[in-house]
Amino acid sequence: MLPLADLVLPTADEEIWRYSRIDQLDPGSFTASHPRTVVSGGAGATITSDRVDDIVEPDVFAQYNTEYQTTTVIDVPNGAMVAEPIVIDHHTVAGSAAFPRTVVRVGEGAQCTVVERFTSEAHAASLTVPVVAIEAAQAANVSYLAVNDVDTVAWQIGHQILTGHRDSTINISTVTLGGHYTRVRTESRSAGQGASLRQVALYFAAGDQMHDFRVHQDHDAPHTNSDLLFKGAVQDRARSVYTGLISIREHAKGTEANQTNRNLTLSEGAWAESVPNLDIRNNDVRCSHASTVGPIDPEQRFYLESRGLQPEIAERLVVLGFFDEVLSQLPALELVNELRTRVATRLSIGGAR
Amino acid sequence: MTVLSISGLRAEIASTGTEILRGIDLEVASGEVHAVMGPNGAGKSTLSAVLMGKPGYRVTAGSVTLDGVDMLALPTWERAVAGLHLVMQYPTEVPGVALDDVLTEALKSRGRATEGLNADLSAEAERIGFEERFLHRPLNVDLSGGEKKRNETLQLAVLRPRIAILDELDSGLDIDALRDCSRRVEDLSNDAENPLGVLAITHYNRLLTELRPDHVHILVKGQIVSSGGAELATVLETDGYAAFTGQDDEPAPSGSSLDDLFRI
Repeated sequence: MLPLADLVLPTADEEIWRYSRIDQLDPGSFTASHPRTVVSGGAGATITSDRVDDIVEPDVFAQYNTEYQTTTVIDVPNGAMVAEPIVIDHHTVAGSAAFPRTVVRVGEGAQCTVVERFTSEAHAASLTVPVVAIEAAQAANVSYLAVNDVDTVAWQIGHQILTGHRDSTINISTVTLGGHYTRVRTESRSAGQGASLRQVALYFAAGDQMHDFRVHQDHDAPHTNSDLLFKGAVQDRARSVYTGLISIREHAKGTEANQTNRNLTLSEGAWAESVPNLDIRNNDVRCSHASTVGPIDPEQRFYLESRGLQPEIAERLVVLGFFDEVLSQLPALELVNELRTRVATRLSIGGAR
Repeated sequence: MTVLSISGLRAEIASTGTEILRGIDLEVASGEVHAVMGPNGAGKSTLSAVLMGKPGYRVTAGSVTLDGVDMLALPTWERAVAGLHLVMQYPTEVPGVALDDVLTEALKSRGRATEGLNADLSAEAERIGFEERFLHRPLNVDLSGGEKKRNETLQLAVLRPRIAILDELDSGLDIDALRDCSRRVEDLSNDAENPLGVLAITHYNRLLTELRPDHVHILVKGQIVSSGGAELATVLETDGYAAFTGQDDEPAPSGSSLDDLFRI
């Protein structure tokens, strides 16, 4: 086994870890152990816990995930419609390092929804290093939602690998509320003609939290499309970074790709950065990117206050309204109200001023 | 009986120090309809913004009281709770925030019950021709100019303030919407139990044909240069700006809008 203490950390000098808190992580302070993982739903799919060792390992954390993996494999047969969402709950206990690995293979023309939720023991440091790999075969349709609600002193460094084959549709959603430092790196590849990818994310960081997103949309086939909408808010001294890259390869003509990242800074001391990038190697494409970082629109705040709403309440409504665009697109609607309440609760504790 | 009293009010744009209001005196009581008319740049929008405490302005002199309570000392939301209401010229779009949620919070901060809100909203929507489906949609998002003003009027009717400042209620309104909104305001001002006091700030005469003012004030360069009854609006229509400045080199008004009348 690879001892955690031997994990050689990357440094923030490397571009891919720029802005991160990787320098503050002490892997040796955690003990590798399985999280408490519970899987429910999924009639019509085959769910096992067999190891999967052949996933691309872009960094040392993915390597350790291979080594220590707690595996959930979901296979959806060709043509199968799995109506009920498959829900995977992981809970990481105090002081431990957990390595959940979820592999979703959706057969031709098949359809399923997977929800993965991460929690950790309250008020305790822990490290969760999840890897999820999703492969959508021809004309498959898969929705995936990851909810990070680990404690605000916990660490999470996650990796998402998405592959969409011909005419497939992948909808991937991320809701990140927890973590002293939470990083989600998403590598998507539109591998077959006509593949479609929709990505949305909502993140809210308060206190001393930091959220770090690295997203790569790789268009590796003609007539593919991807659309990304990430919305975040930071308050108190919290930080967030979005770094996105759309790559369109030489042969990916007729491709359409968009990325939009919007951030609200709710306190003077909060900080958000947005770095969208484009790498376009074909002229016959349509691409757009937009990013904003700034405080709540003072006109919106004044409008609500002029109706008699206290500033805190006005602000909470505006922020929830800002997130609504993402919330309304999440799969598994029964979870959305719960999430909206969670976000509202988080907003009211931080003294968002 | 409620009185909004504005006395010697002077205000400037905070960022530039440019003085816009140069000593305004006005008194609006329950049940009265006052019109403040003036050309572009007279300070009309600044007056409504300053009364409601919008950021970006600095009051340098004077007072604003509502039944003796100093409004200038209160934050915006407390002015609203005290009974002052602003109907905005350009109601702000607030994505993702539903009208009924905002009014629920608005009633709560006034210590009022919220159970009857949905019924009130439906009744008011029906009354002023506001489509019911907009009640649960994000505030002002994707609404036409007329729908936004109906929405503003509906909020006014549900919240029942004591004094309403209408900032260019008529701008962007078609004639039907203008009539529906004006009549609702007129009815509120005639309410037997809680007659609304109205300060209608307007550029155009046409609002006043629907909303008949008891008092008309002419605002020019941050000062009220003349006050009178409804006949003042008629004087404006015929004699134009010159009648209020003593300048006799003004051309005769040629158009029906005050823009033309006030052209210097």
